Amino acid sequence: MDDIKQKLLSKSKQTTEDRRGKILCYACLSLIIVLIVSILYFIINRGTATFTQNYLSLTQFLTGKQWNPGHHQIGALPMIVTSFLVTILAAILATPFAIGVAIFMTEYAPRKGTKALRAVIELLVGIPSVVYGYIGLMVVVPLVRKLIGGTGFGILAGTLVLFVMILPTVISLTADSLKAIPVSYRQAALALGATKWQAIYKIVLRAALPGILTAIIFGMTRAFGEALAVQMVIGNAVLMPEGLGTPTATLTSQLTSQMGNTVLGTVSNNALWSLALVLLLMSLVFNLLIRVITREGVIK
Amino acid sequence: MNPKKTSRIAKHVIYGSVGLLVILLLFLIGYILITGLPGMSWHFLTSVSQSFEAGGGIRDQIFNSVYILLLTTLISFPIALGVGIYLAEYAKDNWFTSLLRTIIELLSSLPSIVVGLFGYLLFVIKFQIGFSIISGAITLTFFNLPLLTRSIEDAFRAVPLDQRQAGVALGISKWKTIMGIVFPCALPKILTGVILSAGRIFGEAAALIFTAGQSNSVINYANWNPFSPTSPLNIFRPAETLAVHIWKVNTESILPDAHQVSSGSAAVLIIVILIFNFGARRLGNVVYRKLTATDKER
Amino acid sequence: MMEITEKYIKKIETPVALKTQDLAVYYGDKKAFAEGTIEFPQHQITALIGPSGCGKSTFLRSLNRMNDGIARVEGQILYHGLDINNDQINIYELRKHIGMVFQHPNPFYKSIRENITYALKYHGVKDQSVLDQKVKESLQAVALWDEVKDSLDKNGKQLSGGQQQRLCIARAIAMEPDILLLDEPTSGLDPVSTRKVEDTLQELKQKYTIIIVTHNMQQASRSSDYTVFFNLGQIVEFDETSQIFTAPHVQMTEDYVSGNFG
Repeated sequence: MDDIKQKLLSKSKQTTEDRRGKILCYACLSLIIVLIVSILYFIINRGTATFTQNYLSLTQFLTGKQWNPGHHQIGALPMIVTSFLVTILAAILATPFAIGVAIFMTEYAPRKGTKALRAVIELLVGIPSVVYGYIGLMVVVPLVRKLIGGTGFGILAGTLVLFVMILPTVISLTADSLKAIPVSYRQAALALGATKWQAIYKIVLRAALPGILTAIIFGMTRAFGEALAVQMVIGNAVLMPEGLGTPTATLTSQLTSQMGNTVLGTVSNNALWSLALVLLLMSLVFNLLIRVITREGVIK
Repeated sequence: MNPKKTSRIAKHVIYGSVGLLVILLLFLIGYILITGLPGMSWHFLTSVSQSFEAGGGIRDQIFNSVYILLLTTLISFPIALGVGIYLAEYAKDNWFTSLLRTIIELLSSLPSIVVGLFGYLLFVIKFQIGFSIISGAITLTFFNLPLLTRSIEDAFRAVPLDQRQAGVALGISKWKTIMGIVFPCALPKILTGVILSAGRIFGEAAALIFTAGQSNSVINYANWNPFSPTSPLNIFRPAETLAVHIWKVNTESILPDAHQVSSGSAAVLIIVILIFNFGARRLGNVVYRKLTATDKER
Repeated sequence: MMEITEKYIKKIETPVALKTQDLAVYYGDKKAFAEGTIEFPQHQITALIGPSGCGKSTFLRSLNRMNDGIARVEGQILYHGLDINNDQINIYELRKHIGMVFQHPNPFYKSIRENITYALKYHGVKDQSVLDQKVKESLQAVALWDEVKDSLDKNGKQLSGGQQQRLCIARAIAMEPDILLLDEPTSGLDPVSTRKVEDTLQELKQKYTIIIVTHNMQQASRSSDYTVFFNLGQIVEFDETSQIFTAPHVQMTEDYVSGNFG
């Protein structure tokens, strides 16, 4: 057997090297999988204890307005309603604004302008939520108090803070989806005699619709799950919101302010975990919505 | 209204919203710096915080934030690297990969308070570690993993395919090609990702209030034995970070100078994050030049 | 796949470096290449020509198993009496003996020096003087030494396209392969750079067996000793280059080389 032949039939250290590398990767993968499974398991397990161990009614939880878990009143409706209200209102405020800025970035701005705006948006994303909450407390709450009276804490203050917080996310995702529309679409519209705005409004925005929707839902996911900033300006009273300026509570704010005051295993504690479960389920729903929209969008 | 006029009005509205956005950012940063900087002093940065009296500082909070940030990055980087490499280099287009991507997306969309509560349940209660730096750091790892994985994967994908072919064609194993040839090319982008995620970790509070805790034990900075309860390095001591401090001072404390303390803390927080933000790209470029011996920037 | 009936494969009398026997390559269920039986003469340049999509690149990439995991190979590729697709073959060792240069220059994002030494160090060469010697020799072999000897620490990506490609050839020959496979190495280069690469190949064939895929008919005719004409995923003709370009045995080959194809 000649020398080369022998070498060709030798064992390779590379195979071992490759195998070791792959094993390392798989170890990391399994960590992440174990992590998500245990998050789901623990939160679901804790969150359902209110109904499976304390035998309280799910209907009461979802439709009741009285929240006093110490006395087995677990009506979470005020918090659910408030969470949805601030989320939806923030999204309604943010959407037109975000679309405007995104259009500027993709259709009007020179390259440098787009770059500068990207930097602005990144900075806004980078500001921590406690800082947003703090400014909300110092600036927004007094402003609301002056405008509509009351304490200033409540839905309006929460909405305004969340609006600013989700703005950068919605803008950058909307801009991405506008950028993905081929230039030829715009040129075709312009060639047919449309004005720039008609081309944008009738062609580009229509075509980018699934992307814009996704952007909005991403923003809503963030708003729905935001805890501290909202907790600092919402008032933290578990009451049905009666107006834009009355103190109320969201799911997250209640969790933040009460979790430390209860003992694990008690009804009061279990009821809080049920709120956490609602949060978890909603983020699953938002996730699913985004998937459905992106899939539909792709098919079109 | 004629189309031309509409077009012009639309343009004005769009420019207006951009102007507003810029004003908003200037206001936010300006407000923090203008209210926070005047009260900033060496004393404020280097003394212990107070619970009831005015004149407290944020020394321990700054240390805790930095320490937790380092630990979190140290724990999450290798895991994110492994998953990122798998997704960029090994993953085939099959059900397992799409499941994995779904999981990561799901993890990134979980509210940080939920992740924090999970950490609380697991480490503080089940494992009985109590409010501690390590509970906080691991919980922040959960929160940090999806984004870091994403940026590492993107960094690897941005390296041209032909680099891998070149390596493999020289009889180098795939793993060594990835680590020795592709990884250095991806490193600048990876570093940018790490630093940006560091900014996020530094400012995060919701995931920490029930894991790292909302109070500090007495720390002696001369004590470097990590197993001593008074050592700053002890990972089992409760640790309030800067971000948590801002929240705490504004919601539950009765500090007479709460406003001053939170403005000052917020200013420090923002300045650090600004440095991270600007530093990320700079450092990326510098490292790129160092590693690849290129004279020009990419 | 349409069957081509008229074929001509010359029998090689001189020593043979590599031989394929009834080679077929599949992408999934799709047959990309079929029935290749051919012998590559040692220390000669063999050009693979044919229209786009004729399977010549697929064929080339099979020769050092660069298609692993992408395509499935049937039939035999014999090298030193061994079928290289055999399970026992150490493919990393194989690739050291059968080197490859790609269509687009792909130097590592490392210094010129490291481009040459990286794989050598990986394969166990530790001695710095040996490495330095290797850098010099292999760069000299591709006539790049004089151009870069003062800037060996410069990034390989900063060279011009032609220089990059020659660096890639140098990187491949630093491994002292037996056979060098080149996949359209000059397709992205200007005529001057192309000429330099071709001259380099003429020098290299003293020591190496070279198999080169090319789109460029002039290149095949002026720089190769043997030529294989591929069409429709099959080998149509294999002969000495002079024969193929002046008096091919098969009509289809004649149509192709004279430009009356289609």
